[in-house]
Amino acid sequence: MSKTIKLRKGLDIKLIGEADKVKGTVDRGASFAIKPPDFHGLVPKMLVKVGDKVKAGTTIFADKYNEQIKFASPVSGEIADVVRGEKRRILEILITPDAENSFEDLGAVDTASMSGDDVKAYMLKNGLWPFIKMRPLDVIADPSDAPKAIFISGFDSSPLAPDYDFVLHGEDEVFQRGIYALSKLTEGKVHLTLKTNSAADEALKNAKGVQINKISGKHPIGNVGTQIHHIDPINKGEVVWTVNAQDVAIIGRIMSSGRYDASKVIALTGSEVKNPKYIKATIGTSIEKILEDNIKGDNVRIISGNVLTGDKISADGHLGFYHSQITVIPEGNEPKFMITKGWMGPGIGKFSINRSYFSWLMPNKKYALDTNLNGEHRAFVVTGEMEKVFPFDIYPMQLVKSIMYNDIDLMENLGIYEVAPEDFALCEFVCTSKIDIQEVVREGLDVIKKECM
Amino acid sequence: MKSIEKMMRKMEPKHDGKWAKFHPVWDGFYTFLFTPGETTNKGAHIRDGIDLKRTMFMVVTALIPCLLFGIYNTGHWHYVATGETTEYMDMFGDKVIYGLIKVLPIVIVSYAVGLGIEFLFCIKNQHAIQEGFLVTGMLIPLVIPADTPLWMVAVATIFAVVLGKEVFGGTGMNIVNVALTARAFLFFGYPTMMSGDKVWMSGIADVPRETLEANGVTGATQLGELATFTGAEADWAYPSIQAFSEHWSIMDSFFGMIPGSVGETSTLAILLGAALLLYTGIASWRIMFSFVAGGLFVGFLANAFAVNEYMMLDPLHHMVIGGFAFGAVFMITDPVTASQTNTGKFIYGFLGGALSITIRVFNGAYPEGVMMAILFANVMAPLIDHYVVGANIKRRVKRLKTKAA
Repeated sequence: MSKTIKLRKGLDIKLIGEADKVKGTVDRGASFAIKPPDFHGLVPKMLVKVGDKVKAGTTIFADKYNEQIKFASPVSGEIADVVRGEKRRILEILITPDAENSFEDLGAVDTASMSGDDVKAYMLKNGLWPFIKMRPLDVIADPSDAPKAIFISGFDSSPLAPDYDFVLHGEDEVFQRGIYALSKLTEGKVHLTLKTNSAADEALKNAKGVQINKISGKHPIGNVGTQIHHIDPINKGEVVWTVNAQDVAIIGRIMSSGRYDASKVIALTGSEVKNPKYIKATIGTSIEKILEDNIKGDNVRIISGNVLTGDKISADGHLGFYHSQITVIPEGNEPKFMITKGWMGPGIGKFSINRSYFSWLMPNKKYALDTNLNGEHRAFVVTGEMEKVFPFDIYPMQLVKSIMYNDIDLMENLGIYEVAPEDFALCEFVCTSKIDIQEVVREGLDVIKKECM
Repeated sequence: MKSIEKMMRKMEPKHDGKWAKFHPVWDGFYTFLFTPGETTNKGAHIRDGIDLKRTMFMVVTALIPCLLFGIYNTGHWHYVATGETTEYMDMFGDKVIYGLIKVLPIVIVSYAVGLGIEFLFCIKNQHAIQEGFLVTGMLIPLVIPADTPLWMVAVATIFAVVLGKEVFGGTGMNIVNVALTARAFLFFGYPTMMSGDKVWMSGIADVPRETLEANGVTGATQLGELATFTGAEADWAYPSIQAFSEHWSIMDSFFGMIPGSVGETSTLAILLGAALLLYTGIASWRIMFSFVAGGLFVGFLANAFAVNEYMMLDPLHHMVIGGFAFGAVFMITDPVTASQTNTGKFIYGFLGGALSITIRVFNGAYPEGVMMAILFANVMAPLIDHYVVGANIKRRVKRLKTKAA
């Protein structure tokens, strides 16, 4: 019963700085961090103190309001610091790694023959649960829910995204182990969605125990939200869980070895990287070593994740929990004179879905876009632009407006249960009025969480 | 550029200084000159190159052919009225100069008054100035006769900007098209200056009646003449609609060699603008297409049931006279007042186009129906959207029900 989906709406933003298909290695970072803000809405309850020794896999904190959800240290070492922000909110838990990584013995298990409850207990106890997110809300899954399906996207279509066929090559066994584990968690199906007409890697193509769907079109076809909407849309009251493909392999690896080995292949991308390539790294690693001698200028923005949905981090920051990509692009904090580079200029270097700049003459050009807003915040004026890049049977502008004026009934009716902020990333990109739509959607989801879930 | 930037920065009013209230004005000029170095903070780190200034700039650019032709045409009909020439290319320089003298002051007054009001409201509300009026300021001169006194232009602009836009919250919040609000204000406030046969040829009011009669000039627009067909046969401007079509050919109207408001006469110039707007993707092809479709639909319907003389007019002829083409390209497509859903845009445009021709043909009191039709469609747009969005909501509810069943 696999499905084939063809979408016409969407947008591929062509950027300079795609990672070369080589797997490099760099020295292990001098520090690691787990950042609670990576898990939206989480209030951590610390289980270790500064100075405590931990091994890879030692639980370091738990969800304050659902203590069975635990978070593990990705490496062995010493808790160096707990960085707090406003209202003593915990921003980062820094770990100084040992010279030699040692693992907590979690006990190797055979995921193929476990029961659902056992899988759930194992994942919760050993800090694997945070890899599973839920829709609606796009937060860590609630273990007491019974999801109607689990969705895994077999590729990433966002700009400069890592190629899953490359990063998962040779991970067949652990990926399959991860799938087995996940398939125990739902009565429904596990959906794995691949790109039509592209030779997926064996690890993905030959996966067993999943329904393989095919999808074609432009970004955001790789977003799991788009895939859910077209394969098995979420109605009010239903829950779907999602896991990143690389995280499936991590789950499989940890469960079959009993060692918390949270290493993955990340892509180092962007126009300001001298030598964009793939690198083997571990969740939470400091990026200092990775970027050393590899950045072109000083005035750059470093992003953990991709340019549409990633988080801004500093040069000594850390890789986010769900991210498998670091992007470096120019910072655009210089004013642009109207005739040469601004709104009256020819705009050769400006990318736009409209053809008002002459860059439409070069449809295949790759751009080095900077972080300038390219305009000022305005009220909504232009209509129809979001619909061009939003392949959902949902009215994006109407939904965003309903969130702005906080009409919960209307939000529900217009389909807020089916969307996550990342689904609106392209809408935000094209918005003429420069409205921060992802933030608005997140606020809407917070209201829904508070009032309706 | 660095030096200009520095100079502007130097002039920036301090937030605690005595000019602090004027910061939005400074900001308006600064952002006009420079796209600020403001960077993305949350969400997508890169953004599309377009902004509202570029969008509005494209629309103003698209209006330039209409403005240029309007300047020439104003001069042309002036000299036709005075009987000095009837040839198109004759006295070209004189016509352009006369046109400039007539049209440029209107443009300047419209912009100066409108932007002045915008700045006042920006200072009052401490908002950044928004670009909406850049287009409105150009549209107002193009939809009124060249003989409109400047004080009327000023009063109409004030009325439109304040009551048409600012009371609703400024750019992006208005219910009806601002430029058409100005025109409607003039139309109902000063009907003698906006209709009849004394306004459509610049300077005709000063030409003695005998001279006009000697030259065979009536001063009426085609629509005015057509409207006579709805009255008694004795008042008809022409013995039949055939005779009308022979006197004013479709081609003349297409090129714009007809009297009328400044910018609305040349369908060719309007099409140039339309091409730019459609190609760049600034204006909605859905609205333009369905507006024309709506007009043609009623035109053909009238033909099919032609019970009076006016109804026999070729629908294509309707497209090129009066403000129909201008309305289709520049007025009905205003995204703020139009329907916002793609399906709604088709319905909205069709409603506007169909109503325009309906008012023309069936209401003798209003020779031109485009303005009224578009204003009506503006008011209906939220209702149309309400039902289009409602259908989407119903679809979602139904999906849930089939699931439960």
